[in-house]
Amino acid sequence: MGEGYFPSPFFTIRGYIMEQLKSSQDYDREYDKKKEKVKQKAPFFYKLRKTHKYQKYFFIFISLLLPLIFYLGIRVMPTLFTFNMGFREWNLLATGERPFVGLDNFVALFQDEVFLKSLLNTFIYIVIGVAGQLLFGITVALLLHKINRFKGLFRVIYFIPYVTSIVAISWVFQWLFMGNGFINDVLINIGLPPQPFLGSPDQALYVIAAAMIWQSIGFQMVLFLAGLGNIPQMLYEAADIDGASPWQKFWNVTVPLLNPTIVFSAIIGMITFIQVSFTQVINMSSDGSGGPLDSTISVVVYIYQQAFQQYDMGMASAATVILFLFILGLTIFQMKVLTKKFDY
Amino acid sequence: MIKKWQLILLGIMVLFILSACSDEDGENAAEGSDGDITLEYWQYAFDSKVNLMNELIKEFEEENPGITIEQTTFPYDQYNEQVAAQVPAGNGPDVINLFYGWVPSYVDSGYLQPLPQDTFSHEEIENEFFPLVEATKLDGEYWTIPTAVRTLALFYNKDLFEEAGLDPNAPPETWDELQDYAVKLTKAEDNGRIEQSGLAWEPSQQGHHWLRDGLTYQAGGKVLGDDRKEVVWGEGSAGLEAFKYWLSFPGELGTSEQGFYTDDVTAFMSEKAAMNIDGSFRIGTLQSDAPDLNYAVAPLPAKDEKSTNASFWTNGITSDVEGEKLEAASKFIKFLTSEGVMEKWLDATGELPAKEAVAMQDKYVNHEIYGPFIESLPFANAHFFIDETKERDIVIDAANKVLLEEADPEEAFNEMVDSTQELYDEYWSDK
Repeated sequence: MGEGYFPSPFFTIRGYIMEQLKSSQDYDREYDKKKEKVKQKAPFFYKLRKTHKYQKYFFIFISLLLPLIFYLGIRVMPTLFTFNMGFREWNLLATGERPFVGLDNFVALFQDEVFLKSLLNTFIYIVIGVAGQLLFGITVALLLHKINRFKGLFRVIYFIPYVTSIVAISWVFQWLFMGNGFINDVLINIGLPPQPFLGSPDQALYVIAAAMIWQSIGFQMVLFLAGLGNIPQMLYEAADIDGASPWQKFWNVTVPLLNPTIVFSAIIGMITFIQVSFTQVINMSSDGSGGPLDSTISVVVYIYQQAFQQYDMGMASAATVILFLFILGLTIFQMKVLTKKFDY
Repeated sequence: MIKKWQLILLGIMVLFILSACSDEDGENAAEGSDGDITLEYWQYAFDSKVNLMNELIKEFEEENPGITIEQTTFPYDQYNEQVAAQVPAGNGPDVINLFYGWVPSYVDSGYLQPLPQDTFSHEEIENEFFPLVEATKLDGEYWTIPTAVRTLALFYNKDLFEEAGLDPNAPPETWDELQDYAVKLTKAEDNGRIEQSGLAWEPSQQGHHWLRDGLTYQAGGKVLGDDRKEVVWGEGSAGLEAFKYWLSFPGELGTSEQGFYTDDVTAFMSEKAAMNIDGSFRIGTLQSDAPDLNYAVAPLPAKDEKSTNASFWTNGITSDVEGEKLEAASKFIKFLTSEGVMEKWLDATGELPAKEAVAMQDKYVNHEIYGPFIESLPFANAHFFIDETKERDIVIDAANKVLLEEADPEEAFNEMVDSTQELYDEYWSDK
């Protein structure tokens, strides 16, 4: 990395300042004595010493630098490294060479039925999960927005699941939904046949998604309550004067003005869904690894199994890259489709 | 002023970087200057094993001044993950305790070295230990050696036996009897919901071992050929017969259900399941978590032949250990596989001695609880796993295809055999 690595405006400004400085007798003497390197640094420090403004920016940049280094080291570097690993045959336990294998890992992934299944499942988790939590979150927030008594109490009650351990919730759901569990007791008492729930490849995924939705309602509620609080009351009053029905007020005032919150919630919800579809799946699926018959496996679980059970970091990284593209694609889609400008 | 500033900032950064890289330095320093050797020993966290190991380490260190052993443990669920994460970082152990089914992957990735033959001669191992330790003999070398082994047997609840009018001192001995008992011990509602299961049945727990090393051999079959390359499960009718028998419990007999009270151990402990096929390693759990449970143990019900599954945790030396350290490591493993340690191990953990002469002593064979497990040792089989997780999943999937998707058992069985064969082909392809 030589001089040319620095962006050019820096040079121009510096060159200009150097020109100014050269006229100073004081500087000239020092300038002649020192070598090339020092010659370049001197004006920068000179500025720093003399100008309060530069000192301020210097401080700000240095303060930002530490988190930046941290961010680069913990986030960006590993991410880039994952891209590298995805193109190699990389056994986690092996110490020897890690040969470059091109797209082999990706080809193998797309030939693996389990991986394709996990992609599909993750998609279903996201669609059901995000739609579910937005719907329930908005409903709860609208209801809570209307009441005045016990507001705090209700908020706490709805928020508690969000701060409860996922593992604990998963096990409670497992007990509720097992063959001899509470839900089946209820079904039998109202005259319906008992269901296998988590033991069935057709139902297990939805039970797990339900547990995830239930847990995240509280978080969505808080977001939507804040969003609702930001809508000016006068808009509703104006709508009242125009004779709008409650339904019309909801669709034409609340929803458009809540749009930024909805977009934010949907993106955050989607990302958390991709992340937490691990713990719930591991703890609730019948064999602890995305069963029965891989019907509940998510991409994250698949990645985990490849990396830490098969020790195949190459495949795991390739799957991670695909997941990355998947999330990127979905996020862009949501931003384009859901974000609309509303004037009021 | 400014220069001081910069110095401080630079200092902070340097400190940051140093602290991030300095982990390894500490470990190297531990090797000491006067020839003291420190060995890093890893095993999974299981209270009775960890405590016993601490005592054993003390004993070993007294006998061998100059060698220090440091024990590190990880929870069972994260064991592989932790090993996998720590090793590339250069923080690996010198002596490691592994499940025997993982050994081929570890050997394959160059993580282990063969046990030095001057300390562990093949002749000695083959004469003294139960033949099942050969499950970790690869490429003509013994890579690991266990202190203790475990076998599967039938656990049954004496109270529930009496309640169903069965003699608690006459457990089922044959396949037919087991089915018969299971039916009698099952209570079901009219709508088919099981209230009490005659036999807990969980393929993801010990169920797949029971099928592979128990039922298949009992029916006169075999999973792997002698060369360990060919899956001969499907040859003859024994494999399929065992598979169908295995599935009869959750299938036509309706005595069992997957995930019944979450898993087989919970169901058996909470007296919701009258019988369970489980390992000797469960004795400790039953004692601590269900001290009032009135249960007994019997060898696995058999058919034409007797057989049960055996498994073990086994000790190996990692590949970077050399010189004096290697000598110390061999000494330590020699100590861990000595007669005295094996006896202590059985008392503390309930795992059975891996040496025939130690295990077959009268005091153990006639023991009320350990007896049936030890009795089964001479005919126990430890399947040579290439990839335990995958082979397990293949069996679970085959069972679920029949039970949940109503696939033809024979088709599901053949598919299971083929998928297993594929795994083996892949494994041997680059050997």
